Amino acid sequence: MSVKVHALAHSRAGDKGNTSNVSVVAYSDEAWQILREQLTVERVMAAYCHTAKGPVTRFELPKLKALNFVIENALGGGVTISLAQDAHGKSLSYLMLGIELPGR
Amino acid sequence: MSKSRIRVGCGAGFSDDRIDPAQELAVKGELDYLAFECLAERTIARENLARSKDPEKGYTPYLVERFQAVLPACLRSGVRIVTNMGAANPVAAARAVRREARALGLGDVPVAVVLGDDVSEQIRANPQLPLLESGEPVESLLPRMAAANAYLGADVIVAGLDTGASVVMTGRVSDPSLFLGCMMHGLGWRYDDYPRLAVGTIAGHLMECAAQLTGGCFADPGKKDVPDMARIGFPYADVTAQGELELGKVEGSGGRLDVMTCKEQILYEMHDPSSYITPDCILDVTDVSFEQAGRDRVRVLGPRARARTPTYKVVVGYHDGWIGEGEVGYAGPNALARAQLSEQIVRERLRMRGFSYPEIRVDYIGMSSLHGMGAGRPEPYEVRLRIAVRSPDRKAAEAVGFEVRTLHVNGPAGGGGGTNALREVLGVKSVLLPRELVKTQVVVEGAR
Repeated sequence: MSVKVHALAHSRAGDKGNTSNVSVVAYSDEAWQILREQLTVERVMAAYCHTAKGPVTRFELPKLKALNFVIENALGGGVTISLAQDAHGKSLSYLMLGIELPGR
Repeated sequence: MSKSRIRVGCGAGFSDDRIDPAQELAVKGELDYLAFECLAERTIARENLARSKDPEKGYTPYLVERFQAVLPACLRSGVRIVTNMGAANPVAAARAVRREARALGLGDVPVAVVLGDDVSEQIRANPQLPLLESGEPVESLLPRMAAANAYLGADVIVAGLDTGASVVMTGRVSDPSLFLGCMMHGLGWRYDDYPRLAVGTIAGHLMECAAQLTGGCFADPGKKDVPDMARIGFPYADVTAQGELELGKVEGSGGRLDVMTCKEQILYEMHDPSSYITPDCILDVTDVSFEQAGRDRVRVLGPRARARTPTYKVVVGYHDGWIGEGEVGYAGPNALARAQLSEQIVRERLRMRGFSYPEIRVDYIGMSSLHGMGAGRPEPYEVRLRIAVRSPDRKAAEAVGFEVRTLHVNGPAGGGGGTNALREVLGVKSVLLPRELVKTQVVVEGAR
């Protein structure tokens, strides 16, 4: 049964220069297993391809049951010069939460 | 005299933050220190422009309002105030604080001022330094440079507090260092005691965005609810000399502070969790865990730190031309097609007038302005066209807003609510500067 990341995790996006980082924090052990296996760099890049060039790096934090995605070339050249309305990319966490996973 | 346990509060997480939570902390928080983080990356470059027009300006907006709100309670209870609100002109900021203290009848309040973060001379003298973003030498930015400031560390905060002044005013200091400096001063931690620097740095990292730890940027109605958001309280840290850390907020304030809010904030603006570089240490959060220690109270376990790097990070602000933009809205049947027709008209008008741009950004607000134009987006009932450009030429940037505005009578049917704007762009890039090239100094305004 397919499942949205929104049902499994919460998320926050941060900015540094032209790089966005988006955390994904699992609500439960079961959600953590699904996210760890299925929320791959490829799936994240596919979701962000309309707004970021990448590359995407994924870090795992098992103690927090969290993933941290670092998405480069994502903020229109950087907060201060970006032509985007959301120059900080604060809304990018909800692009992550909209990703559909195969689930269990 | 060092204490065995102190409490450090966070009074602001950015320059335009709410003011009342700091007052709540000052009055009810039983604090030892109150730190305000008020500098974004480009703030100093912007404030340098203000200072060049008026030598008494160049500190952050709302400085006076923030000090009005907290000075009486802080002086009454002996709470020391630490802040980077000095921005491009910490000396003028210190004088403004002293003026305000006198106006409030609080007498002659000494303010310690940290100098030395302005490294524009050192950057000019070292044009070969590579930019972190591109590897190119900083030289090409020098003719357009508006400011260059090093992120100083917690040692300068300690030096400021050691003067005995009630207030420590700085320009650029790394955000976590503002808080770590209070802990080093209050608990007698040494600057090479990395296990404790790890504790102070993670406390600062978690608190530096204020409400983002206590329920701000968190609510998702029905999924993750936050109580009483109009009155979210700002966090404080209780730290012991041994390095035990618990986070809390004033009882009765709005918001929530729990394991979930801490997990979101620990990864905020973090890249590799094993190497978060500050001027004080390299923080490793890979083994950090959180425990709920009570209502709105969280214990933090497991941070580690390695030795600090031999360089300071420097933000170079530079003039980068102009951004011009225009917007107009459409609603009802065929709204998107009418907005798209407007885009074509504006592009053609700009070409006809001989303007070209390295990048033209087109947003359909309501559809594609935040996450880009993904496949299969449904057409919205209302859509707002936004066109934005960046140009070194002010006239070329201004033309975009003008041509969107002319759609008012020359464009497709039913276009309403047109707006346009023009702003000067201050870009920022970073370089690493060897520590030995940075000379810091503390002076006290109103020395006793």
